[in-house]
Amino acid sequence: MGEIYDALKAAIQGKDAVSLITQVQGPNPGAKILASDERVLGTLGDADLDRVAVDKAMDMLQHGTISTLRYGTKGEEGEEVELFVQSFAPQPVMYVFGAVNLASAVVRIGKFLDYRVTVCDARKVFATKQRFPEADEIVVQWPNEFLETAKVDRRTAICILTHDPKFDIPLLQVALKTKAGYIGAMGSRRTHQKRVDNLLEVGVTEEELDRIQAPLGLDIGASQPEEVAIAVAAQIIANRNGRPGGSLKHAAGRIHPDKPVAEPVG
Amino acid sequence: MYEVLDTVDHWLSDGKKVAVATLIETERSAPRDPGAVLAVSEKMEVAGSVSGGCVEPAVIEKAMEVIQTGVPMRITHGITDEEACAVGLTCGGTVHLFVERLDY
Repeated sequence: MGEIYDALKAAIQGKDAVSLITQVQGPNPGAKILASDERVLGTLGDADLDRVAVDKAMDMLQHGTISTLRYGTKGEEGEEVELFVQSFAPQPVMYVFGAVNLASAVVRIGKFLDYRVTVCDARKVFATKQRFPEADEIVVQWPNEFLETAKVDRRTAICILTHDPKFDIPLLQVALKTKAGYIGAMGSRRTHQKRVDNLLEVGVTEEELDRIQAPLGLDIGASQPEEVAIAVAAQIIANRNGRPGGSLKHAAGRIHPDKPVAEPVG
Repeated sequence: MYEVLDTVDHWLSDGKKVAVATLIETERSAPRDPGAVLAVSEKMEVAGSVSGGCVEPAVIEKAMEVIQTGVPMRITHGITDEEACAVGLTCGGTVHLFVERLDY
């Protein structure tokens, strides 16, 4: 078969997140683009339209949305071209680093949010199936080494609960190089300030540091592990939807984001 | 696409031509969400579904046409009560489909 079909099949089987854009009305009906973070295959027949459509599709892929879009023939506002954008998004992944007490609650809420959850810790005594029966995978390895080779896309949530600079610093360096949509790190303001200083020393930029959510979670006064897990989960959701958090009672505008209806893969 | 991939792959490796009808938009109540797929081979074998069964016969007919011509089409179907949906199925909606030959 053609290049796009083969790449789509490989992506679905490999559980990679890809977006398939099909022109269903316009000058080139049937024209297609298959796009992922890594590459763009095919064309809709106009370079400007391609650019606009791929940008929008990548944003939709992050939310796993499927829908039709209308544009002018060069990607401007208009009605001439109708595109059908389909997100093929595998189950999003949550990595929990640090097999600490809080981790158990974070794993459980990660499962509740339908993440595939991996717990990673270098200490064999803590990273056990007994302690984390709900986790999909337990990995005994240095966190930074594990994350170097782990699969990360924009829907990935990275929760760093190790709370020890010898793990945190190399791990955050790796995490900040990924496209992960959420990077949270446990620690007080003081702990985090030290972490920031350490990271700046090893060449991490201010802009990169801004991606780290620390202290962890939304401000709901959480203290028990389950409460902190809820604060973290709420922050992950808020982040994903570009919302600040807080009560709807005091907010204005739309309550719900676009309905995510991604085709589940595997 | 996921649910029909294995079957479609099989048809393709047998050298059969294949058309794919994708549900792209629904209005009011419809049994399936956008992204649902019905695949048809040139031997009129069928995989997947785009409704509760009401519009499939018409879609298969269009798919056979598209397999011959290679020209994709965008079609719209109302799911009316007269089309005799089984009791309990969602009726009264409109579905928009895109039918294309799988040669991309």
